Amino acid sequence: MTDVYKALADETRRTLLDVLLERDEQTLFELCSTLAMRHGLTPSRQAVSQHLDVLEQAGLVLTERRGRYKLHTIDTSPLTQIAERWPDRKALP
Amino acid sequence: MRIQTVSIFVDDQQRALDFYTGPLGFAVAADVPLGEHRWLTVVDPDRPDGTQLSLEPKGHPAVGPFTEALASDGIPFCQLGVDDVRAEHDRLTALGVTFTQPPTDYGPVIVAVLDDTCGNLVQLAQPTGAAARPGTEGA
Repeated sequence: MTDVYKALADETRRTLLDVLLERDEQTLFELCSTLAMRHGLTPSRQAVSQHLDVLEQAGLVLTERRGRYKLHTIDTSPLTQIAERWPDRKALP
Repeated sequence: MRIQTVSIFVDDQQRALDFYTGPLGFAVAADVPLGEHRWLTVVDPDRPDGTQLSLEPKGHPAVGPFTEALASDGIPFCQLGVDDVRAEHDRLTALGVTFTQPPTDYGPVIVAVLDDTCGNLVQLAQPTGAAARPGTEGA
């Protein structure tokens, strides 16, 4: 299990989470297309696949094989530990 | 010189013919028996002199792993031009066609990806004439 902080410590992986938030059950092709066309990011398909592996190991992405395709869906529940560890508190002026 | 025929590999030629001439609406350009298989091509019925698409059998042992790997990653192996991706998506979905990517507006092009029922993903593309603006959100 990769820890969630390592998974978030990369701009491309954070952008992938943004893209995954738009729609569940996306293929690698769709994710690569959206990174390129909407975010101007053109890492290799293999690099995107490796980023998705890191996100999956951190529990932030679930993959499912349906028929011939592998589909990726975001799961933000591992992020709640961050807010639980450092709850919202504003310093008094 | 012109681009006369391009090929895709299909699990079953008859099922492919049914799909490409049925829901997709292409016309048979050539259907020649060749032993176990057929030389089978389809063409846009409005442009019979246009590029033909050959529906090739998967006889070669390298083809299965190749097409499976592409489909697994959601990669379409051929692109069809349409006037209205969203209308085609709605029409084809009503006919039971499966899409792996719904209509997506990328600025200069709106795309969608469908399953051709015989082992391939096919991209529908509608050019919009808009300029590419990488780094900005699509509409």
